[in-house]
Amino acid sequence: MKPALEFQSVAQSFTTHNSHIQVLASIDLTIQEGEFVCLLGPSGCGKSTLLNAAAGFVSPTQGKVKFRGNLVTGPSPERGMVFQEYALFPWMSVEDNVAFGLEARGESKDVIQPRVAALLAKLRLTEFATRWPRDLSGGMRQRVAIARVLALDPPCLLMDEPFGALDALTRRSLQDELLQLWSELGKTVLFVTHSIEEAILLADRIVVMTHRPGKVKKDCLVALPRPRDPSDPAFNALKQEMGQLVMAEQHAFENAERLSFTAD
Amino acid sequence: MQWLRKIARGLAAPALLLVIWQGVCEAGWVTPQALPSPYAVGLKWMEYLLPGQAYDPASQSWLMWVLSGELLRDAGGSLWRVIIGFLVGFVLALPLGLLMGANARLREFANPLIQVLRPIPPIAYIPLAILWFGLGNPPAIFLIALGAFFPVLMNTIAGVSQVDSIYLRAARNLGASHSRIFMSVILPAAMPFILSGVRIGIGTSFLVVIVAEMIAVNNGLGYRILEAREYFWTDKIIAGMLSIGLIGLAIDLAMDRLNRHLLRWHRGM
Repeated sequence: MKPALEFQSVAQSFTTHNSHIQVLASIDLTIQEGEFVCLLGPSGCGKSTLLNAAAGFVSPTQGKVKFRGNLVTGPSPERGMVFQEYALFPWMSVEDNVAFGLEARGESKDVIQPRVAALLAKLRLTEFATRWPRDLSGGMRQRVAIARVLALDPPCLLMDEPFGALDALTRRSLQDELLQLWSELGKTVLFVTHSIEEAILLADRIVVMTHRPGKVKKDCLVALPRPRDPSDPAFNALKQEMGQLVMAEQHAFENAERLSFTAD
Repeated sequence: MQWLRKIARGLAAPALLLVIWQGVCEAGWVTPQALPSPYAVGLKWMEYLLPGQAYDPASQSWLMWVLSGELLRDAGGSLWRVIIGFLVGFVLALPLGLLMGANARLREFANPLIQVLRPIPPIAYIPLAILWFGLGNPPAIFLIALGAFFPVLMNTIAGVSQVDSIYLRAARNLGASHSRIFMSVILPAAMPFILSGVRIGIGTSFLVVIVAEMIAVNNGLGYRILEAREYFWTDKIIAGMLSIGLIGLAIDLAMDRLNRHLLRWHRGM
């Protein structure tokens, strides 16, 4: 196995005008090539911050983020980001959104057109190619966002609660679609979620994070065979175990909320 | 049928006003000097619109003759000034607004100055405009450009500085260069604001052109209604005013069309 993404003693803090917040404290984490890893934790545990550091949107206050051995210094299409809010460009049609990265890379039309058409077909979006994002449902928008990132064939996908805003049924079908793409394309995936079930359904490995400052609380492999069945007793046993870990952090989060509220 | 009914509904209020107005004049409650009847205004309007001289094929083409009416020349003169003045203001305000919107330090530096200058109505610049540019078109263009400048500037700054950062992150993640981010992300994202600035700017230009023409030049709709006052041609004053209203409406409808086209991707459009 080869390491794809490495976090080495990564710490992140932010200073606002009246407070200093330690979001991440000394994270050491290595994600192997082709691995599907879920970061699991309650709100405010810094899992999105860690993902943003991997994307290169923020540089950590301390420590290093490396991708394939190279220091991450900024955003790059080799680490494609999928946002919870989709972040599609609303002034571009579906196909123009998908073509954006290829155009930025300076590809010719002969390269862009077939590649975009193939991706739209793969994600069942062909008939919506010329529509505006506003005409699409949430699930379709997120499929466009995934196609937009896949257009550049990134070795690594960073996904920030990508299905968090979707209804349960759409969510399920997108999870299946993502697993399908992942097994087909063999990408490394770092996936942030606060859904225990989603993490168990998707991941090779689950990293549970503590409430602020975020640390790795537990790093465990999911040994269940694929495709996974949420009604399987083993699935539920793991869900219960993970649930206790995550709920302890959720309570820490709620207490902190209450404290900061009374302090105000 | 639908649009016919829509137009009929739109005309109801103006028609009612005309009826009341005609009634007031017929009843003799006002002198024609103070308020001529709509019928008299209509007659004057036709006279103002139609060519002054009989058609003479030897001296001009038929089209030139049709367009030689005083109203059309005045309206053309006013429109020309609005277009030139607006373009001058727009061309200066847009790049400055884009720069200031994108650069917080520049914005902080220039903001106090802009906040002081912005509330000064363009009309207040008339004495300066005449001192600097004399009489004729230059001071008029200057005043109109000034009227267009601030709405376009303020809206462009607001539009650019309020671009949702998630679009910028997505674009950087997809490998877009600074110039591509500017052209393909910031500019379209700011477009709704910029266009509303343009719309306000054109409206201001149109207000200012009338005043500027009353002061500095000797044609155009503003000049004509002031001239009509000198001769107590109240009917012509009102005909001129209604012309201004109709041209303003036409410009606004055209802008609305442009908005709808450029912002066809936008929610609620």
